[in-house]
Amino acid sequence: MTLEILYFAWLRERIGLPRETVTTQAATVHDLIVELRARDERYALAFFDLSAIRVALDQELADFDADLANVREVAFFPPMTGG
Amino acid sequence: MEIRVQEAPFDFGAECARFAQDREGIGAVVTFCGIVRNDGGEMQAMEIEHYPGMTERALRQIAEDASHRWTLADVLILHRYGRMQPGETIMMVATASAHRADAFAAADFLMDYLKSRAPFWKKEISADSAAWVAAKDTDEAALERWG
Repeated sequence: MTLEILYFAWLRERIGLPRETVTTQAATVHDLIVELRARDERYALAFFDLSAIRVALDQELADFDADLANVREVAFFPPMTGG
Repeated sequence: MEIRVQEAPFDFGAECARFAQDREGIGAVVTFCGIVRNDGGEMQAMEIEHYPGMTERALRQIAEDASHRWTLADVLILHRYGRMQPGETIMMVATASAHRADAFAAADFLMDYLKSRAPFWKKEISADSAAWVAAKDTDEAALERWG
């Protein structure tokens, strides 16, 4: 499965990329995070505290245990601060 | 319903006038404008990042939710991104209804949801540093009153 992963705000800065294409067998968002954390220190640091992170699947807010089947775009970002 | 996400500044007064004019059956228009706070501190600018695509979807969803809860003739949400100076307008909402209670409640609801459900992130820039604005627990708690 190929996923487009997007990062915003301090996650983007910490990882050093706004987006990347990833080939993965991860079944859930949490599985994907475990894979990303194992890559290197930047990812491990960015995904250290999941309470500070939100996730959207195909542009809809989702939970960390959400299924990645048929998902094309995963976005990770901090809690939103609009308005 | 109108959703606008743009980098360019906007004229709040002109937007309000345009939103309010030539409507039949409307007795109330409520508007809110968010401004980059100039608190006399070190902040030189505010930068707002967003998630193109999801931003418009999320704002439309929030506006539709408001339209289902209250009787509204129209809703406008306008939100900027990019770099802004203290005193500049960041965003606005406007609601139009036959009576003021619906227009006030819907505008209040839009602002509560927009703060923590629309993918915008604010960064405060000062002369020698930059810091992402942290979400407040009270922003999340504010959603609970809408059930």
